Amino acid sequence: MKFWGYPRPDGGVGVRNLVAVIPSTYCANGTARRIAEQVQGAVALHHEVGCSQVGLDMEITARTLKNLGRHPNVAAVLVVGLGCERLQAAELADGIAPSGKPVEKIVIQECGGSLRALEIGASLARKLVQEVSTIQREQFGLEHLAVATECGGTDAFSGIVANPAVGIAADMIVAAGGTVMISEVTELLGVEDLFAARAASPEVAEQIYRVIRLSEATLTRQSENDLSGKRRALISTGNIQGGVSTIVEKSLGGARKAGTSPFVGVLKYGETYTRRGLHLMDTPGHDAQSTTGMVAGGCQIVLFTTGRGTPTGHPIAPVIKLTGNTQTFEKMIDNLDINTGQVIDGTKTLREAGEEIFSEVLAVANGKRTKAEVLGHDELMSVWRPPSEHEAAYGCGEWA
Amino acid sequence: MAEKAIVIDPKDSVAVAVVELAAGECCTVRVGDELRALEIREKIPFGHKFALRRISKGDDVLKYGEVIGEAAGDIEPGGWVHVHNLVSKRAKEKILEALS
Repeated sequence: MKFWGYPRPDGGVGVRNLVAVIPSTYCANGTARRIAEQVQGAVALHHEVGCSQVGLDMEITARTLKNLGRHPNVAAVLVVGLGCERLQAAELADGIAPSGKPVEKIVIQECGGSLRALEIGASLARKLVQEVSTIQREQFGLEHLAVATECGGTDAFSGIVANPAVGIAADMIVAAGGTVMISEVTELLGVEDLFAARAASPEVAEQIYRVIRLSEATLTRQSENDLSGKRRALISTGNIQGGVSTIVEKSLGGARKAGTSPFVGVLKYGETYTRRGLHLMDTPGHDAQSTTGMVAGGCQIVLFTTGRGTPTGHPIAPVIKLTGNTQTFEKMIDNLDINTGQVIDGTKTLREAGEEIFSEVLAVANGKRTKAEVLGHDELMSVWRPPSEHEAAYGCGEWA
Repeated sequence: MAEKAIVIDPKDSVAVAVVELAAGECCTVRVGDELRALEIREKIPFGHKFALRRISKGDDVLKYGEVIGEAAGDIEPGGWVHVHNLVSKRAKEKILEALS
């Protein structure tokens, strides 16, 4: 099984051929956005971080932005700095450069303001787009493909149909030699024993327990309730009315979108994968922060299940939107790519729905545009800032 | 024909109703490639679970191919499975042990 992708100098394979305009600090967001608006083929990676940060918080920001720049869907990078920020444009550009792709940088304060930076930056971005436009797609095996799984705006059909169907596709991707990621650790409480039992090694099992316990510790502090009270609160009245009986059942409803493969690794937030197969990434439940973490980790495509329907997309990774609810699919037709609700309508089996998702992943890898891409949605770009439990549990040296 | 209930994993001991089911109603479910018919014993609301086979008190209850809890009482095929007869195995002692 093969797909057509763009070869990169470091051995990565892109499913898109973008020029990324990356602000090194949020102060450069507006300038970066205006540069990308001027240049077809360029996208801006807006974010809220890059300054007034220390410790693990800063390391996560630096790693995430660097790995987004190194991402295989990105053919070339323009870094836009302000000049006085904590994460300097030069540091970010130097971090991306080892990927071998063209990297340029501008600093707004050195250019003499945002208008001059726009003029210089747009000219550089234009040059980069032309330079990378000659790269041709070639055929690659699925060992070069990584797919993120995400859910948002969940309804009762998500856990019954959409997530299990994505799980079947996830198993097919892993069986073909590819990589799949699941994240949103805050929504995995209760399944740690089941996940640990699927770990490929005792080290991976220990890491699964570690990240889920950390998330639980943060929730415990934030809720300030006794443990059993908090535990009950994790299943809401609405969940119980909707038919969910236990915390394991609730978490499995989301967890099933990663399928049933063994876990080969647990990744820090935004960390690049090195082994092929199913990974757990340590991210919170926030859709944008979770998605950005997995994309920074190397995922070229995102499978996003939604019950209520959301329009969101990511600036550098195509997001395929799926629902298990036929009514939602019809109501949100401009934003949803696949309807797995046909399983409930009786015109398709779960397995057929999973196979359809797998085919769509290959089509999108080959160049088919998702609805979020065509409409220019980029809301899923956001960098996570770790809570104190993570700061206390990990020294920066280990995370740097 | 539209399915009235979904079995997510062939190992599961429960099915999920995708429409509200009434007592006495006959429901056909697909378990893997096999179609199986059973009689619903009581009202099953949309999104709720019913037993595919007899589940005895203390038995594991399986959904998504995994143990989601254990039966707090005997449950007949077609019987409603929810918080009144299904309890989490994730006991408080176990949580505390995991946190230590």
